[in-house]
Amino acid sequence: MSAVIERERDLPVAAVSAPDRGLRHEARAVKVVWQRDVVRFRKDKARIISSMMQPLLFLFVLGKGLAAAMPRTNGLDFTTFLFPGTLATGVMFVAVFSGISIVWDREFGFLREMLVAPISRSSIVVGKCLGGATVATFQGLILLALAGLVGVPYNPLLILGCVLMIFLVAFSITAFGMVLAVRVKTIQAVMPLVQMLLTPLMFLSGSLFPVGASLPLWLTIATRLNPISYAVAAMRTFVLHFIHTPAGALSSFQGGLTWGSFVVPTWLDILVVVGCGLALLGVACAMFSKAE
Amino acid sequence: MSTLTAFETPAVTITGLQKRYGDVEAVRGIDLDVAPGELFGFLGPNGAGKSTTIKILCTLVQPTAGTARVAGYDVVQQRGEVRRNIGLVFQETTLDDYLTAEHNLRFHAEIYGMPRSIVDRRIGEVLDLVGLSERRHHDVMGFSGGMKRRLEIARGLLHSPRVLFLDEPTVGLDPESRATLWKYVDELRRREHITVFLTTHYMDEAERCERIAIIDSGRIAALGTPSDLKARVGSDRIHLQTTAEPAAVAELVRERLGVAASVDGDVVVVDAPDGERFAPRLFELGLSVTSVRITRPTLDDVFLAYTGNRLQEAEKKAGRQMPPAMRMRMRGAMR
Repeated sequence: MSAVIERERDLPVAAVSAPDRGLRHEARAVKVVWQRDVVRFRKDKARIISSMMQPLLFLFVLGKGLAAAMPRTNGLDFTTFLFPGTLATGVMFVAVFSGISIVWDREFGFLREMLVAPISRSSIVVGKCLGGATVATFQGLILLALAGLVGVPYNPLLILGCVLMIFLVAFSITAFGMVLAVRVKTIQAVMPLVQMLLTPLMFLSGSLFPVGASLPLWLTIATRLNPISYAVAAMRTFVLHFIHTPAGALSSFQGGLTWGSFVVPTWLDILVVVGCGLALLGVACAMFSKAE
Repeated sequence: MSTLTAFETPAVTITGLQKRYGDVEAVRGIDLDVAPGELFGFLGPNGAGKSTTIKILCTLVQPTAGTARVAGYDVVQQRGEVRRNIGLVFQETTLDDYLTAEHNLRFHAEIYGMPRSIVDRRIGEVLDLVGLSERRHHDVMGFSGGMKRRLEIARGLLHSPRVLFLDEPTVGLDPESRATLWKYVDELRRREHITVFLTTHYMDEAERCERIAIIDSGRIAALGTPSDLKARVGSDRIHLQTTAEPAAVAELVRERLGVAASVDGDVVVVDAPDGERFAPRLFELGLSVTSVRITRPTLDDVFLAYTGNRLQEAEKKAGRQMPPAMRMRMRGAMR
């Protein structure tokens, strides 16, 4: 080691004495890309606060408003029903901005710093997705802290299950944001596009109303095609599992999704979300490696 | 062991390089060698193939034909190795404004896989080199244009590259920041024995280069030291004023000394291969000389001769900022 340092002092040109190669190097790249997103989120107080606004509005304004208008459904408050959906869709918007932040990086030049480095493009994508998932999960944790206000108990297992689902949703949506960012090069174009694509995903996820058998057929199909529905269903199953409700409550605000008469089990919900996440990650990696 | 041979391999070797985009031939066969430690200037009007060539050297674009090696590595076959051995400073900033100077450098250290044990010391070294040690923990957001550019140079050097590409490093900077930046570049060349591959539209910066290549229409139009190139485009000019009638003086000079002389107002302009040595002969003609001024061809004249453009015109066409002094000079030149 000392020999290396000494040689380096004499001939600074040769200072790249033993740089990391291969997977170890790529892992460091993933980590530092992830870390940058986390540091930037932490510094950006305005973003943290504004990202909380929408879920809070849904939960306490829309939720309490509608709850007042409808009778208590067998002892289950509407905001309790709304809670899992608010978690899932709230983190979507945080995550998607992490994904499309590549457009900002391109505009302000930093993307170039990453693209000319001796690393695989996929490491950048993976780092970004983990970064988006982390900051969105952080926002999800703040929402989870409010669980008591809407009648959801602070059960460690329940929280763990929700955090896992939030992380998976956020990871997938960040990857989705990156796919968009590869194609759409300007900030002006990407913002409306994100609104246009995420809003239907939110409305069709079963986060705001039950997506049981009483829906029109087209709406039933649309909700089943939306991967977010499975995340919401899984979280709602967790929540309902830990709430002691009178028998019959579950029938109208049921947790699980159905495919015809088949009730999708929770493990399959999770599998669908994981599958979509990995598929989007794959697409993002492939497109990013090819395009930039 | 390999560190010694590193100095002997050329920093950049380009052989028969071509790049075609559809029907457009951006680069039409370039051959070039750049020696280790050299400050090499790569000049050319916009659209001449300059950027394409640099992108190929930085492994961002693949050539259609020909080969290029940087720091001994092939830009197509050994992209990773090339990237590890080059530092890049682009004309547009590529820093993260929301991070501190140190964090920007740490990010770079990680994505270049630098050995962890040397990162701290090396960050200190490069910040010191560009005079930003005191700003280490400040957000880049608050930096001036010149400071940002210096930080980018520091970052480009962090992983101890063998070749540093500076693409118009001083565009948009005020004259004082430009001077400071060059002071640091000179210092880094002294300390790090690094090869610098520079593109610029500023004549004074081109003048600093040990050798210059002028590229036009995808080919190298001229290659050599600044003084070589200047000597090639023409001889020195002696502007002579006497008490006698200029036309008569011009005639006398032509007859007695056998060199070209013309009249420009009340001045006689004499072409001479070596102005300073030739000038005394003018005094032997028995004229009553009131003033003598010797001018040499500038790099701008060289650039004009080979490309049909002036350096600064090429700059202006790109619509970029230039210092007010330059702009005024251009306006004067156009009149």
